[in-house]
Amino acid sequence: MFPMIRIEGVRHAYKTPSGPLPVLDGLEMSLDEGGFSAVVGPSGCGKSTLTRLISGLMKPDEGKVMLHGEVVTGPRATVGMAFQNPVLLEWRSILQNVILPLEIVPNTLSKAECEDRARYLLHLVGLEGFEDKRPSELSGGMRQRASLCRALVHKPEVLILDEPFGALDAFTREDLWQTMHKVKENEPFTGVLITHDLREAIFLADQVVVLSGRPARTQYLLDVPDTGPRDLEHLYTPEAAEMLAILRHQIEIAQGRAPAEGEAA
Amino acid sequence: MNQNLGKVMVPTAAMIIFLLIWEAVVWAAGWPKYKMAAPSDLLPAYIKHWDLFVTMSWQTLWRTVVGLLLAVVVGTGFGMIMGFSRVMRDALYPLLVGFNAIPKATVVPIVALMFVGAHDFNTVLIAFMISFFPIAVSVSIGLSTLEPEYRDILRSLGASQSTIFWKIALPKTLPEFFGAMKVAVTLAFIGTNLMEIVSPHGRGLGALFDSGKTNSDYPLMFAVLIALAVLGILLYYVVVALEKIFAGWAERPAQ
Ligand SMILES: Nc1ncnc2c1ncn2[C@@H]1O[C@H](COP(=O)(O)OP(=O)(O)OP(=O)(O)O)[C@@H](O)[C@H]1O
Ligand SMILES: [Mg+2]
Repeated sequence: MFPMIRIEGVRHAYKTPSGPLPVLDGLEMSLDEGGFSAVVGPSGCGKSTLTRLISGLMKPDEGKVMLHGEVVTGPRATVGMAFQNPVLLEWRSILQNVILPLEIVPNTLSKAECEDRARYLLHLVGLEGFEDKRPSELSGGMRQRASLCRALVHKPEVLILDEPFGALDAFTREDLWQTMHKVKENEPFTGVLITHDLREAIFLADQVVVLSGRPARTQYLLDVPDTGPRDLEHLYTPEAAEMLAILRHQIEIAQGRAPAEGEAA
Repeated sequence: MNQNLGKVMVPTAAMIIFLLIWEAVVWAAGWPKYKMAAPSDLLPAYIKHWDLFVTMSWQTLWRTVVGLLLAVVVGTGFGMIMGFSRVMRDALYPLLVGFNAIPKATVVPIVALMFVGAHDFNTVLIAFMISFFPIAVSVSIGLSTLEPEYRDILRSLGASQSTIFWKIALPKTLPEFFGAMKVAVTLAFIGTNLMEIVSPHGRGLGALFDSGKTNSDYPLMFAVLIALAVLGILLYYVVVALEKIFAGWAERPAQ
């Protein structure tokens, strides 16, 4: 049985006017089907680059990115993406925005079935009643919910979220975390979440990958134990505090602010 | 007051007030007709040359519109090339800017000599040349400022470049495009008239203006100017109507 996502010895460098810029160097990652992985790391270390590799928008210089044991060679419709910027199309209604991927990905759904699917997802994230509104009529949090629906509408195997909640205020963000749990229960996908928020990482994911500073390699892996359904209270337990402390320490190492284990202080 | 009624009433009232002030200024200054015609002098000019106005306005209008359509096609083409390719943008921009910087009044006689006798063609050509620049620039800027996330979302689903263009890039550029069209409409009129005035044996309102000049018929000249203004307003609002239909979504609801 292959893991859903497997990344082996990936190296990648961008070509820039001042020579190649190594961004990823020795990245390892493995995620089983239905799993949810959060990726954290210093700013500019190569997290978005990683998402572009998984989605097939780019090919790594070296190493392998595999989905279902198959090497990714280009974009595949089995991936859904959402970004910090929800980029909804202003000339379409929310419903039509969510349907967009179904207009591109080959499928056998009728128009009515497409709409039903979109309506169901909008209902799931709490946007029923907003189907016919324009994106500009929605708040930032609502737009992000719509963007999430669009990423899921074609039933992707892999959902990639690149700091989707990064621009939201703390309360809206916590609302969306809970929405994410609801979505996870109802939609089968394997998730990769890029985030700067360690609480978000341990609340949503069952595996946290800490990347080192650029060029990024996998520096640390934390398994978040499965303790049943999570609510926000879980973030205030001693176990959570311990995980957060470990992650914070690892980030400091990644940023070069703390010496790595085994190194002379 | 009814909202739609107000939309017609307010500009109409403004127009009437403008004409009244004009009449009053001419009257107060005591200018003779050959110095400055008053609105009341124009009506006889229109009545006297009614058939000429109709045929000449039509001449000017269709040539302007054809020039404009050409500018839309070619301008959008250039805009797409420059919007999608950095190299082409770097290569073409200075050329276009330089070309646009040449005063068209100097190009008119050259074109008139180059294609002697092809009056329709020449006029359309100048209308096109003068109006395609803003369209090319607006389309290229609209396309090149497309946030990369839009492209990534569609590309990660396996969409082709042309799907991305039709689904996202083109509609997203429409508001800028129509903004440029409003400028281009007026420019195209200027182009048409330059050629009509300069060409010997020309046609169109420009030629009518020229004949007014040779005959020192000042009210006729002013009447032509007003007719041009009316045509300009007409075409401008055609663009506004098209904008409402195709890019109405970009309008923020009034607060
Ligand atoms: N297309 C590109 N060409 C050249 N360099 C790039 C390109 N994209 C990203 N980079 C550089 O590669 C590095 C990693 O970029 P990436 O966007 O993957 O980082 P990130 O971890 O997502 O950052 P952030 O936390 O700020 O989102 C950065 O230094 C960035 O400047
Ligand atoms: Mg990033």
